[in-house]
Amino acid sequence: MAHVEPNRSGLLEKLFVPTLSEAHSRTLVADAGVLVSSWASAETAQQAAQAAQTLGFPVAVKLCGDAIAHKTERGLVRLKLTDAASVEAAAAELLAAALPEDGPVNLLISPMVTGNRELIAGLVRDDQFGACVMVGVGGVLAEAIGDVAFRLAPLSPLDAQELIDDLASQTLLGAFRGEPAVDRSTLVSILCALSTLAQDPNIVSVDLNPLIVTDGQPVAVDALVEVAEAQS
Amino acid sequence: MTRNLSPLFEPSGVVVAGVSSHPGKFGFVVLHNLLSCGYQGQIFALGRSSGTLLDQPVIASLDEVPQDAAELLVVCTPPDANEELLRAAAARGIKAVFMVTGGYSEAGPEGAKAEARIVALANDLGLVLAGPNGQGLVSPPVGLCAQIVAPYPPRGRIGVASQSGNFVSAFENYATQTGIGISRAVSAGNAAATSLADYLEWFADDPETDVALCYIEGLKDGRAFAERVRQITPHLPVVVVKGGATSGGQKAAASHTGSLATNDRVFDGVARQAGLVRAATIESAFEAAATLATQPLPSGGQTLVLTTAGGWGVITADAITRHRRLNLAPLPKDLQASIDQLLPPRWSRNNPVDFAGGETRDTIPEILNLAAAHPDIDAIVQLGLGIQGNTAALTRLGPFYPDHGLERIVDFHERQERRYAEAAAEASSKHHTPVLVASEIAATDPRNPMVQAVKDSGRLCYASADRAVEALGHLVSYAQWRNARR
Repeated sequence: MAHVEPNRSGLLEKLFVPTLSEAHSRTLVADAGVLVSSWASAETAQQAAQAAQTLGFPVAVKLCGDAIAHKTERGLVRLKLTDAASVEAAAAELLAAALPEDGPVNLLISPMVTGNRELIAGLVRDDQFGACVMVGVGGVLAEAIGDVAFRLAPLSPLDAQELIDDLASQTLLGAFRGEPAVDRSTLVSILCALSTLAQDPNIVSVDLNPLIVTDGQPVAVDALVEVAEAQS
Repeated sequence: MTRNLSPLFEPSGVVVAGVSSHPGKFGFVVLHNLLSCGYQGQIFALGRSSGTLLDQPVIASLDEVPQDAAELLVVCTPPDANEELLRAAAARGIKAVFMVTGGYSEAGPEGAKAEARIVALANDLGLVLAGPNGQGLVSPPVGLCAQIVAPYPPRGRIGVASQSGNFVSAFENYATQTGIGISRAVSAGNAAATSLADYLEWFADDPETDVALCYIEGLKDGRAFAERVRQITPHLPVVVVKGGATSGGQKAAASHTGSLATNDRVFDGVARQAGLVRAATIESAFEAAATLATQPLPSGGQTLVLTTAGGWGVITADAITRHRRLNLAPLPKDLQASIDQLLPPRWSRNNPVDFAGGETRDTIPEILNLAAAHPDIDAIVQLGLGIQGNTAALTRLGPFYPDHGLERIVDFHERQERRYAEAAAEASSKHHTPVLVASEIAATDPRNPMVQAVKDSGRLCYASADRAVEALGHLVSYAQWRNARR
């Protein structure tokens, strides 16, 4: 389903672990049952502004491509844009920031999801134990905080509940700063969806980071799927 | 399919190959230990030439072993002799081989080839092959001590399988110290043909074994191990220590999930999912296993602290509160009312139940019994015992003993200590509630009558309240995992 066309620079590395664009990644995880924030794709700055008006402000605009794995680190994400003019300007800047090795790129527009808590969930294939599902405290500090826990896929709903119980930051999952407790059943279904994705041997890893907790519901506002080989 | 390891752990007779007259050689040590620990089966010493060793005839050929007289062969001969030895042994009816000999895969590519040949040969001959490069095995129910290390542990309910022979010895040391004994212990060596999972599966069906204790360093196939072990853990608690768990730190990976998937975190998840009790240290692993072997499984983590020593009560309440699997139980109103009948009003009237010196000769057993019987109390930590025994020891060794009425009071203190320890075990057994007795005196004066009596009751006297809380946490964690899957 993804069109993987690595360019000259970093070609070998990209060939071995290609990633799907955010749009493709979102489609894949949404089909598996993960709740993702609404979104639209656009090729031009004008289209991006129109899409934003349809989705409703404020929005985030990101530059996407199968060869772009880490948008935030490269400054390819613009958040909290409140009108069409600022979306168009941001979109034009992002398109201009594309590098030749990024290959085909487009824009992804998504309404801002509000919430004080960010979680991470994912799928990884461990050398020793094979497919593992992870959940943890997410966002840009995920690695630094390191409050994450793993289970082997496939995992049962009971395994998923115990996985969530393993996190040290349990207070973050309860009622928090005027927001209701995290809906654990939604989180369980996300983890089970990741477990289902593990059955596809072409999927090497999945990142849902962050899952923003809005009104108790964890919603994926970014997705990154790493695939074993180009899929058609 | 569980492999039949009975010929390894309950052989009808044993042949030691490679016996030596030099008391420092493995062949001598194995023969010595086999002859010294009460094994009732026939023992054959196979050497290079006929003679006598340790008052035992040495035979120069397996032909001298009557057909089917021995099931286990312990091999201390060098690698180049062993293929022929295995063929001859199989022909005499040997069913299992423990290979102490080193120089196989641990020694390099040539050794690895020799190991592959010996594994293939054992398979062809239908032999169970343990080792090579292992330090041996013990099986106290049949008095079998076929190991090159010490000590020979007391008989008990813990089955040990370890990828380090020295840790087999460490667990045997703790078993000897505490009296919480061993059913079987085996050093897996290179685990060329018989893996940790094979031992654990056999332990699960072994009527002598109630809990398995396992040191893991490397797994050839982690996923297969996890899948096999989770079939075992619903029936047999398995305590593990994982060596090298921190060797794979955060990695460079394309995904956040990948970079967060350190060896330690992944193994921790595997252990939690499979119901393994994962301990951080060798000492903690033994105490977790000893607890699982000697205490009833609780239905939850609501814990009550009983204490005659205020400070220990406070510290222990803190440790319980910090522990993620344990809760400091709210003191039930009816239990409080019952204790009000037994203690003067200065007692804590809270959890920890601090007697504040108000106890008389029968109070401790009575309150223990009431607390253990209470449906809202899942587990009890009992503190402050041994103090009377300490006092008695000082008095007994002083210049005035036994005059001035001291003999009588020393006897009373020591008798009381024994009563307390016995009451803890009785209340625990009667009401199926774990009661963990903890005192530093377990380490500082193991001859204390309380410590002795806890040991005599077949239980562990924990050397500190913190260690009791840690062990209880493992017990509760396993019980919750198992209850959730009923």
